[in-house]
Amino acid sequence: MKKLDRNQMAARVARDIPDGSIVNLGIGLPTLVADHMPKGREIILHSENGVLGIGPRPAPGEEDEDLINAGKEPVTLLTGGSYFHHADSFAMIRGRHLDFCVLGAFQVSVAGDLANWHTGGTDAIPAVGGAMDLAVGAKKVLVMMEHLTKKGESKIVERCTYPLTGARCVNRIYTDLAVIDVKPDGLHVVETAEGLSFEELQRLTGVPLKRMLTAA
Amino acid sequence: MRQCSAIIFALVIDKLFPTAAAALADIPNGATVMIGGFGNAGMPAALIDALIAQGARDLTIVNNNAGNGDAGLAALLKAKRVKKILCSFPRQADSWHFDGLYRSGELELELVPQGTLAERIRAAGAGVGGFYTPTAFGTKLAEGKETRRIGDRDYVLEFPIHADYALIKADRADRWGNLTYRKTARNFAPIMASAARCTVVQVRETVQLGALDPEMVVTPGIFVKRVVKIATPMQKAA
Repeated sequence: MKKLDRNQMAARVARDIPDGSIVNLGIGLPTLVADHMPKGREIILHSENGVLGIGPRPAPGEEDEDLINAGKEPVTLLTGGSYFHHADSFAMIRGRHLDFCVLGAFQVSVAGDLANWHTGGTDAIPAVGGAMDLAVGAKKVLVMMEHLTKKGESKIVERCTYPLTGARCVNRIYTDLAVIDVKPDGLHVVETAEGLSFEELQRLTGVPLKRMLTAA
Repeated sequence: MRQCSAIIFALVIDKLFPTAAAALADIPNGATVMIGGFGNAGMPAALIDALIAQGARDLTIVNNNAGNGDAGLAALLKAKRVKKILCSFPRQADSWHFDGLYRSGELELELVPQGTLAERIRAAGAGVGGFYTPTAFGTKLAEGKETRRIGDRDYVLEFPIHADYALIKADRADRWGNLTYRKTARNFAPIMASAARCTVVQVRETVQLGALDPEMVVTPGIFVKRVVKIATPMQKAA
């Protein structure tokens, strides 16, 4: 079985973002999706800190401390891009103007509940950022995560044990092992990693999966 | 007529202050102070340094983050001037001053989702008494809050955040306090300017009245009380 690496996962997510979409990429792993957008597609990237139309990373020496993304990394602006203040930026998010957001996750439940902001540990410092707004606001919420924890436990669970970011908000899960749709009647496997059978994925996942009859 | 012109002279609006120290001199202990910026973009570093030097303590700070590294807001925390912070994203790789104070119980944290933080600030500036947001419904951050179902969605009632002072950074200002910004350094500044009783702005450049294109003014001077020009190294053009 060939697990997808981080870049392959990012490329797999990018493949599903249609031409003309407005997309917010969460910090960390989801930010990689920007590097894998298929050539020729016009996609507008939004960032919480008040920018639409994020371009590629600047060349070394060309960074501008006033032009950053939500992960506080230097970025560039595409022709046609725009700047706006934070309340407008979150009006775009909460007001359902974004087509997609891509978020990392600790856990996703069968019902599409998302946990990605707090491990719940007593010594852990919580940080939520814009995740809760994105979870309720984007038209489609895509989650990108490793399928299993370092201990080999499924991150797709019956019920999240970590504090929720949003309830019933996830539409599709991309892992290093599979692409899975969250639907009202349960989890539908869209595809599995090369050499991984549905049965093996089911064994690793621990919550009931359904076979998708037609490929997405 | 002479008397008339004298009156006009006396009424000239001039919000320009000579130094950051002068602009912040009256901040009392216990004040609620909004500080603009998202990470370092838009952080009014000179005003924060002046606030540290000014000495006000027991402050409640509103910012998206809780300081990075050792400068700016992190230095204010390190100086133990802050009793409470409202923010959305305190934990970062270099937020060690916040982390230490939070873990030792010396600093109270009110964690607010970023969009709710922005809207609570906006609501204060707009005179709105509260609003229902879908954000955080069903999560720990909505515990104990009033909720309401409107149409087919569930919402959480949130209240405005008012401040005594807002310290923000802008690019250019005139003596009326009209402001323009630079790129993503704008972030929270326009809404914070509206939500504070006294907004103090650090700008790269001050210009003559009329030099700012009215179509390009982002924060009208009505939201600004004091402007300080801070000479900073030339920004690189992107």
